[in-house]
Amino acid sequence: MSKFRELVIGTTVLTALGVAPAFAEKMGLGRAALPEEVAAWDLDVSPDGTGLPVGSGSVEDGEMTFSENCAACHGEFAEGVDNWPKLAGGMGTLDHADPLKTIGSYWPHLSTAFDYVNRSMPFGNAQSLEPDQVYAIVAYLLYSNDLVEDDFVLSNENFTEVVLPNAEGFIVDDRDTVELPLFTQEPCMENCKDSVEITMHAANLDVTPGDAADDAEPAAAAEETMAEPEAPATEEAAAEEATTEEATPVEAAAAGVSDDADVIAAGEAVFKKCKACHKVGEGAKNATGPMLNGVIGRHAGAVDGFKYSNQMLEAGEGGLVWTPENISAYLKDPKGFVPKNRMAFAGLKKDDDIAAVIAYIAANGG
Amino acid sequence: MDEKERESAPVASMGRRGFLRAGAAAGALVAGAGMARAEGPDPLITEVQPWAQGLGDGVDATPYGLPIHFESDVVRRNVSWLTADTISSINFTPIHALDGTITPQGCAFERHHSGAIELSKPDYRLMINGLVETPLIFTYEDLERFPRVTRTYFLECAANTGMEWAGAQLNGSQYTHGMIHNMEYTGVTLRTLLEEAGVKPEGKWVYVEGADASSNGRSIPLEKALDDCLVAFKANGEALRKEHGYPVRLCVPGWEGNMWVKWLRRIEVTDQAVESREETSKYTDTLADGTSRKWTWVMDAKSVVTSPSPQAPIKHGTGPLVITGLAWSGRGAIKAVHVTVDGGKTWKEARLAAPGQPMALTRFYLDHDWDGSEMLVQSRAVDDTGYVQPTKAQLREVRGLNSIYHNNCIQTWWVKPNGEAENVEIS
Repeated sequence: MSKFRELVIGTTVLTALGVAPAFAEKMGLGRAALPEEVAAWDLDVSPDGTGLPVGSGSVEDGEMTFSENCAACHGEFAEGVDNWPKLAGGMGTLDHADPLKTIGSYWPHLSTAFDYVNRSMPFGNAQSLEPDQVYAIVAYLLYSNDLVEDDFVLSNENFTEVVLPNAEGFIVDDRDTVELPLFTQEPCMENCKDSVEITMHAANLDVTPGDAADDAEPAAAAEETMAEPEAPATEEAAAEEATTEEATPVEAAAAGVSDDADVIAAGEAVFKKCKACHKVGEGAKNATGPMLNGVIGRHAGAVDGFKYSNQMLEAGEGGLVWTPENISAYLKDPKGFVPKNRMAFAGLKKDDDIAAVIAYIAANGG
Repeated sequence: MDEKERESAPVASMGRRGFLRAGAAAGALVAGAGMARAEGPDPLITEVQPWAQGLGDGVDATPYGLPIHFESDVVRRNVSWLTADTISSINFTPIHALDGTITPQGCAFERHHSGAIELSKPDYRLMINGLVETPLIFTYEDLERFPRVTRTYFLECAANTGMEWAGAQLNGSQYTHGMIHNMEYTGVTLRTLLEEAGVKPEGKWVYVEGADASSNGRSIPLEKALDDCLVAFKANGEALRKEHGYPVRLCVPGWEGNMWVKWLRRIEVTDQAVESREETSKYTDTLADGTSRKWTWVMDAKSVVTSPSPQAPIKHGTGPLVITGLAWSGRGAIKAVHVTVDGGKTWKEARLAAPGQPMALTRFYLDHDWDGSEMLVQSRAVDDTGYVQPTKAQLREVRGLNSIYHNNCIQTWWVKPNGEAENVEIS
């Protein structure tokens, strides 16, 4: 009998004993994990600070890092763009209709914010931030929620001193004591009520897909249902434009864009970094970023219905056209090519990747 | 059967409203015939049909087959206003059009946080680390060498029916209850793998994490991990689909779907819950006074009538009607399902297609003689712990209006005399 079995019995998990298919010695399968391997994957951070890397970041640095990496979806002040998550505000709304749940108003632990930014963000470019940048972003999020002053610096040293407002706002599931007594009564089978009236019709709301009013907004609580809220309003005009502005393969090739199938295939892989925000191909609509159909040869800032930064609009008015050369330069250094534009993407380092992704966009209606 | 009824393929492009109209019209035509004798010889019988004369496809026409095109409307659908982007979103199983209990993988709902990734078996690694005697790395081939089990479980998203908290919203069981599927999984018990690494006495939790960019992770008490969790690599006999976590996902029977981590890459034994984003800011249930329940893992007993329902109107007129649906409980097996057609004044016990299995879907049928009058159809599940599925009013009484997750209320369909059905709330 293994040590493990003794442990199991010791922790009273007796029901499990009947479940295991065979309860024998270790199988000797797999191999020992190397410390470097564990270090590479074991990144989670717990409320008591377990797992925090050494580092620090200021509100001031965080504002800039947030603007570059997060603001395209979450807004410059963490207020949320369109219906991407709002990260600030909502204090005191949890017992109201339609509560606003943010890091400041709802999240119980600061470790969760650090852990999530560190492992899962930015969306489409996860695990690209250095620890100091993550500390800075989290410091800025505290500042955005009016929880620290603008000279605050967050580090692994002072991290656990920060207590979020809703830290005490959670209780462990109490359904067994609160609900089971109510919901284990003998059910009524006959003469259970005298009359029945319809009190609400789903048809009145008209939010079911396939209905004529498909784009209608739902009742308030529904948005919170999903982990990630809500589509930016899409523009039918953009989709129509897509069909008229497609660059033909001939034009694209003439402009120095590869039509080699392997290059295009490579570009499809690279485009995974873009597709969280940009759509291309049949039916593509604006999303977090403008749709890219017809982008090659188009003036900057020219897609109808997309809210560009002033800088991008000015660049277009100033004559910037998305030639392959200009797209290439833009993708190499987005913030350098059009300073203060809204695209939260650090850029592509490899020229091959840039050429490939342009080829992919061109081959798909770009 | 008339021409419109027989050719179902064009229905897919008609949209729901058109579909309902067409269905109702066809129903009206057929209803008159009912049980009566045929008015004349049926040309489908008296005339030689092309399929009875010519030849069909040879073998290998489709090395891996899809459903015949007549069934092209039996597909997953999403609700575009729910989420910002399909990459971090959810869609819904067409439960209104399925029967039996097993959900085909191809139409089983998807929920991704950073998109469905492509992770090959050769590239797959599973790490066990933390409070274990020996941190280990397994390849896919290693997993195939452990003693194997096969078990059937439902997976329900905690947000299933969540849109209905505020009131009746979506017209169709696919949308109100389609964040669920039920598959037969094959794999290795999590207990077997933890035993291989050797859990240290101070280990109280496992933190499980996926390989996709969202790095979705959840904390599971060690008791549950050792009890019935399954590290699965097959579903319904074949490899997991990409969208369900190929090549390896976790099954956490009876507990909310978010914990069933896809593309499972790491299992860390810890002494505390990590309290990650998905177990604090999401998947927690806010009560009326503003406090929130956390660690609400178990999915309570629940059921829904899948037909008749808004997407599955009655088209055959009065007379024999099969009322059918699904029931399930995360606490155990379904013991009984009750069905009412009068909004809950009187209930009848439905017939279970097979005895309820623990933490798996149960199919129920009520064979009803419909007189053509309007019905308020509901179902009510009872599990083997004695839990009786509550009404929406009962749930709101306890939890208020902001709870969202874990809505296991009784669902009402208002079936009109023309056979169409609508999602309603009743007194």
